[in-house]
Amino acid sequence: MAPLVLVLAACSGNGPQSALEPGGPIAKDIDGLWDLVFWLATAVMIFVTILYVWAIWRYRERAGDESEPKQAHGNTAIEVGGVVFSVVLLAIISVPTVRGLLDVRAIPEGPDVLQIQVTGHQWWWEFEYVDETAPDGRTLITANELHIPEDTRVNLTMTSADVIHSFWVPTINGKRDVVPGRSSNLTLIADDPTPPGEPIPGQCAEFCGLAHADMRIKLHVHTADSFAAWVEEQLAPSPLPAEGTAAAAGWDTFNAVCTTCHQVTLEDVEGEVVTYGPDRLITGGDVEFRSSFGPNLTHLFSRTTFGSGTFPLDVAHLTQWVDNPQALKPMDPDRNDLASGRVLGMPDLGLDPVEIAQVVALLETWK
Amino acid sequence: MTTTAADQQIIRSPGQRGVWAWITTVDHKRIGLLYAVTAAAFFFIGGLEALLVRTQLFGPDLEVLSAAAYNQLFTMHGLTMVFLVVMPIAAAFTNYFLPILIGARDVAFPRLNAFSYWLFLLAGLLIYSSFLLGGAPDGAWVGYAPLSTQLTEVVRMDFWSIGLQLLGVASIASSANFIATVFTMRAPGMTMLRMPVFAWMSLVVAFLLIFSLPSVAIGLFQLFLDRNYGALFYASAAGGDPLLWQHLFWIFGHPEVYVLVLPAMGIVSEVLPTFARKPLFGYPFVVFAGAAIGFVGFGVWSHHMFTSGMGPLAEAGFGVATMIIAVPTGVKIFNWIGTLWGGKIKFNTPMLFSVAFIAMFTIGGLSGVTHAVVPSDTQQHDTYYVVAHFHYVLFGGAIFGYVSGVYYWFPKWTGRMLNETLGKIHFWLALIGFNLTFGPMHILGLNGMPRRTYRYPDGLGWANWNAVATIGAYIILLAFLVFAWNIVRSHFLAKGERVGNDPWDGRTLEWTIASPPPVHNFDEVPVVHSLDDFWHQKYAEDEEGRAVRMPAVTGGALTVDKKTGGEGDDDGEHLDIHMPSPSYYPALSALGIATLGAGLIYLPWGFFAVGIGGAIMLWGLFGWSLEPVTKEH
Repeated sequence: MAPLVLVLAACSGNGPQSALEPGGPIAKDIDGLWDLVFWLATAVMIFVTILYVWAIWRYRERAGDESEPKQAHGNTAIEVGGVVFSVVLLAIISVPTVRGLLDVRAIPEGPDVLQIQVTGHQWWWEFEYVDETAPDGRTLITANELHIPEDTRVNLTMTSADVIHSFWVPTINGKRDVVPGRSSNLTLIADDPTPPGEPIPGQCAEFCGLAHADMRIKLHVHTADSFAAWVEEQLAPSPLPAEGTAAAAGWDTFNAVCTTCHQVTLEDVEGEVVTYGPDRLITGGDVEFRSSFGPNLTHLFSRTTFGSGTFPLDVAHLTQWVDNPQALKPMDPDRNDLASGRVLGMPDLGLDPVEIAQVVALLETWK
Repeated sequence: MTTTAADQQIIRSPGQRGVWAWITTVDHKRIGLLYAVTAAAFFFIGGLEALLVRTQLFGPDLEVLSAAAYNQLFTMHGLTMVFLVVMPIAAAFTNYFLPILIGARDVAFPRLNAFSYWLFLLAGLLIYSSFLLGGAPDGAWVGYAPLSTQLTEVVRMDFWSIGLQLLGVASIASSANFIATVFTMRAPGMTMLRMPVFAWMSLVVAFLLIFSLPSVAIGLFQLFLDRNYGALFYASAAGGDPLLWQHLFWIFGHPEVYVLVLPAMGIVSEVLPTFARKPLFGYPFVVFAGAAIGFVGFGVWSHHMFTSGMGPLAEAGFGVATMIIAVPTGVKIFNWIGTLWGGKIKFNTPMLFSVAFIAMFTIGGLSGVTHAVVPSDTQQHDTYYVVAHFHYVLFGGAIFGYVSGVYYWFPKWTGRMLNETLGKIHFWLALIGFNLTFGPMHILGLNGMPRRTYRYPDGLGWANWNAVATIGAYIILLAFLVFAWNIVRSHFLAKGERVGNDPWDGRTLEWTIASPPPVHNFDEVPVVHSLDDFWHQKYAEDEEGRAVRMPAVTGGALTVDKKTGGEGDDDGEHLDIHMPSPSYYPALSALGIATLGAGLIYLPWGFFAVGIGGAIMLWGLFGWSLEPVTKEH
């Protein structure tokens, strides 16, 4: 039954988050290994099933048969043969396993490798493009939606701000745990650009508490040109809202409340670029990760989702979120303790509907 | 030593009946039944938790359970099924049958045996009391640090760490007991290689537990200290290491997998020869394969950590070691098929479950090999593919094996058969429900569904298979309700067919004694001449090697056709056999330790309970060591 189920799995529609639909060379290598093992296992299963069903059918008790069976106690040749047979099969699997393992674990090097630092948080992802810098030295920081160019080796260097997470976009590579106090690496290489607004889904794969299920990842794959354009756009600060608009009123609230946790980089009318919000340094092994307490909201509206890839980014959902975040996503902000670095989600800010509308209007200007 | 009248009334149990008799019992058979009944109760609770989880996952973005409730339920489901169901049901069979199978009248340390049971029960109740005391553990049964140490102001994970610690003490005590029993209590002639495979597997399991539990015990102590006293073993910011917990846990956790499944393999190795009417094919290979699985099982723990961040060389080593463990497992499967080959197979319910065990376990074993392929495992790890794999091993495998054991030995426990028709309904419902539930999970995992997620969005292609899995789960519920009814009907309503000593034409010593067995098991300690001794008392072989029935045995150690019923009350005194007297000290000691443990959860004011529990424990242990072992005459 189960082999049948697995065969069905191998040929039915698999969905956009399936390891069986590889979209890059690493995932393809892994899928190739899977195919090898799957078909070998299936062959063994068929062999065993035939023997087994035959034995059960042929040697069932039949009505009227009073004879007793021969009392065979064993057969050393069969035993040794069975052991040799299994060892040979496993040897066939183990060689490509070890070779594939060394390939998958190799950390890519060279000037053409895109370096991205990843920080896992309960329950969202932070990405810093350490080599993409603005004239004033700022690096590109974004959250939850990762953008990479096609056919390029991308090296993720990852740590966690709190508990263990695991970064996983199945169509590109297997998962890799994101462990506090350590840095781990994962290579991403994607074959084809994704259509605009239709990123590749992935999600955290190591149980990390309440909203583990809602710690999702969206991966946008660009052509080289469109990636360069995206980087430029992200590095350029949004303007502070003009006086007298709803967004300006929203900024007063935002600057008083939201910048406790969120960073945003803005440019005032004199052209001065300021990054608001808390700076936080997280150490993972010998790597330092620039971070904050909540997702960086610069160019929020260039994203397609929010809440760590969980909700579509539109005014209705965002209004609901700013009003009562826990109604959308299970979190435990009552136990937040910023001093010790413990953040378990966004609290209910107690804003009135007018203030909420103003804040959302502000966020909408960060395209 | 003289005993006073007060001793007789207070210290000694006055009889065989009533609650007090059960609390003070040191009879391995009664303790076995206590384990069985407790495990059955926890099985239905753990099953209910699974059904709630499956109901929540029936469709995308359902709101049957909150995330908080979901996390508690899947944590408690895993914890319950591993520690409060499968381990104790294995302990139930081992307690009841290990002494009988090797021709002993009891285990080596009957009171220690009682202590193990009571501590297990109280630890289980302690863990479950958390539901009423602010919430159950919610950090998954593996309790990875630092998630499990993150919220020290919430005690739910303390229930988990203390509860597991107590269960570990109970398991170590019973393992030491079983090892001593096998090494010192075998009947004359019962050499190691004449022991039934089930006895062998019990021995291997006892060694596995003795060597693996200390690792997780240390881990749990460290975790407890981290949580309550800021010890920082697992706090990376202070130089601790979260991966240390994973190593300590899985050094226990992987052998634990074999602890769960080896006794079931032992049962299957008893059932197959009986119903095929042939000896087990390659007995020494099956025994040594079991022992080999035990040994190699200690060298593969890190295959649970292929995504954690070990170096590639270590990963390659653990991957290859994991493949190696498939070899002795394959040996077992081929020998089971060899046992059926050329036999004359009767498909009674015990046999159906054993046959299904082999098929389901083979599937689980093969999907296990795919995990050993490390790059491939980086896709499968922590997904529903893994959930499918270990349910094929532990439900289609272990549980089916234990259910087979229940049908097989039920007449020995009660003197009555379970109903065959109900048994077959149970079997087919269980087999279909099981495969519907866990077969699709392979696909879900490969299609990217992570485990331990309380909801999933539409559009990822997961909805249909999740619906199928949930329907399957309800069919499993139906199957086990039929099972429960079968047991109630046969035993409690006394409608089961009454049978004699040997309803299956069995091969091993338990079928030589009454059903249910007398307290002292054997009127005369049997002298064993071969493997499957009882079979050879009944059958010779002709020149072609076919079994030939011999004339009924009379006299000697093995009386076959003894009258049945009422034997359970025979304490052997009339035969001048002295069985250990009942004692309440084991239960008292267990109560003391459990109280002490409960106090630790609520430090600092829990020190009060720690003190009381400690005093009770000492009282129990002193009374235990000072009381005479048997009644005076």
